[in-house]
Amino acid sequence: MFMQYLNAFWVGGLICALAQILIDKTKITPARILTLLVVLGVVLGGLGLYDYVEKIGGAGATVPIIGFGNSLAKGVIKGIKEDGFLGIFTGGTAATAGGIAASIFFGCIIAAIFTPKEKG
Amino acid sequence: MKYTNEEYGKYLDKRVPKSPLFKDMLFAFLIGGAICCVGQGFSDFYKNVLGLETEAVKTATSITMIFLGSLFTGLNLYDDLAKYAGAGTLVPITGFANSIVSPAMEFKREGYILGLAAKMFTIAGPVLVYGISASIAVGFLYYIAMAVVGGGM
Amino acid sequence: MSKRLGKQTVALGSNVSILSFATVAGRKEGEGPLASYFDTIMEEATWGEQSWEKAESKMQKTAVQNAVQNAGLTLGDINYILAGDLLNQCIGSSFGLRELGIPFLGLYGACSTMAEGLSLASMLIDGGFAQKAAAVTSSHFCTAERQYRNPLEYGGQRPPTAQWTVTGAGALVLSEGGKGPYVTHITTGKIVDMGVKDANNMGGAMAPAAVSTLEAHFNDTGRAPDFYDLIVTGDLGFVGRDIAAELLGEDGYDMSKNYNDCGCMIFERQKQDAHAGGSGCGCSASVLCGYIMKEMMKGTFCNVLFVATGALMSPTTLLQGDSIPSIAHAVAISANSPKS
Repeated sequence: MFMQYLNAFWVGGLICALAQILIDKTKITPARILTLLVVLGVVLGGLGLYDYVEKIGGAGATVPIIGFGNSLAKGVIKGIKEDGFLGIFTGGTAATAGGIAASIFFGCIIAAIFTPKEKG
Repeated sequence: MKYTNEEYGKYLDKRVPKSPLFKDMLFAFLIGGAICCVGQGFSDFYKNVLGLETEAVKTATSITMIFLGSLFTGLNLYDDLAKYAGAGTLVPITGFANSIVSPAMEFKREGYILGLAAKMFTIAGPVLVYGISASIAVGFLYYIAMAVVGGGM
Repeated sequence: MSKRLGKQTVALGSNVSILSFATVAGRKEGEGPLASYFDTIMEEATWGEQSWEKAESKMQKTAVQNAVQNAGLTLGDINYILAGDLLNQCIGSSFGLRELGIPFLGLYGACSTMAEGLSLASMLIDGGFAQKAAAVTSSHFCTAERQYRNPLEYGGQRPPTAQWTVTGAGALVLSEGGKGPYVTHITTGKIVDMGVKDANNMGGAMAPAAVSTLEAHFNDTGRAPDFYDLIVTGDLGFVGRDIAAELLGEDGYDMSKNYNDCGCMIFERQKQDAHAGGSGCGCSASVLCGYIMKEMMKGTFCNVLFVATGALMSPTTLLQGDSIPSIAHAVAISANSPKS
């Protein structure tokens, strides 16, 4: 039980720390880093390699945005297995529908309720 | 001033203060790791207490983390944490939620349709565009590979 | 043409006085080292308005009204107002000043606007086209962030070279004749682009423009840096100030004694988390119309060279991968009449 939390901590933390190198050492903007990571997740997921990270890290692998890319790729493969050609298009978004819908819905609600504050 | 543009660029690179890489990485590691542990906590809750199956646990955890990221953005707290955490708050799915909620909040004053809703994906849009497009590309490759191997995969 | 000195400088032929000045500053600026010099400090960023843009307009309007009042004049006495800000279509100025009924000339000089407005207003008076003219500019952290960078609540990390847009406005009223301080020389900058593309290092991008204008000023007037009690650049910040001083030093100008930058003066670097210092039109404007003018009136400074710096890029040019063109305009202000 405790080990799972320790693993989630170091796997998730390590992914973030590596991304921090990109922020500090390159001129790649955060929005581009997020895009890069999600595509990386899709590639690793398509090759079935992210399963190994997920097996060790648990939430430490699924919570980072790479995990979102992995879910997209795994969803597409699952979709193809179940629905054939159509699954190429339906599988990815079906597997991630919860997250996408939630982010839109909560985005609306939270933005409607709260306003930004001045900083500093 | 007797510098060419190229020389000035090199001079600037040497002259300008750098981000404290070690400190930034440490904070990204600690805070990013902590966010993932929160995710692990919800994951265990959905699995052990509510008895959800594996895929449902992942989805429920994602939705929960997205809710928390959105809420903390709304409470004007997420950016305060991000100042120290850097990639530690950017990379987890909570950062994805932050990148959706923050422009939606910011542009609410330009209206609910053309402000809040239209600007919602100005930052996060590319993640969906390239994430979904890449997954469809992977799907095509997988489909072709399967056809070639004869469905033996 | 007798007023021209060298390639970029003019020496005013008549006495043009700074009659009065006024500032409005934000809460963070009001907690900084120059707090006691600001006339009005906003308790919060919207200042009772519906949006930050409206708040910025109100800042300009308030600064102008107070400056005109301090001069003992009415708005109808002002022949021209020269105004600008950082927002698209300069809405801070046009919406802020629309009710004042003063003949209006809108300017865009990015953060160099205060020096640009002051230059042109002085020339209008020296040319005999106006008896009284005003110059005003402003910037607001919240309006600048959403236009140039990210939403306020976006979780971004600022690198050490990043600067903090000052929430502030400054207005000056100029008059022909008067008792000073006098605007004596104006050096208009050329656009300088050294190919810097990093929008998080504005000081580094703008420093060469400041160096170019300062060297032109010294050449054209025959003055050395030590002629001035204070040489102050607009918003190079800690990074850009040190670079400018170093580059000028390499060319034989000693800036070590009397040179500072408004972006370094307005915040306490560590305590206020300002990273490389302040920036924005309001940075140089509020420091000039607050600290510098008040200290000149007290007699602390006799000769001041005010060099506001501006980065002339837009979010569009940055996304298209273009570098940052920069500019700096210098205005020499003296307690002594140039005609005496």
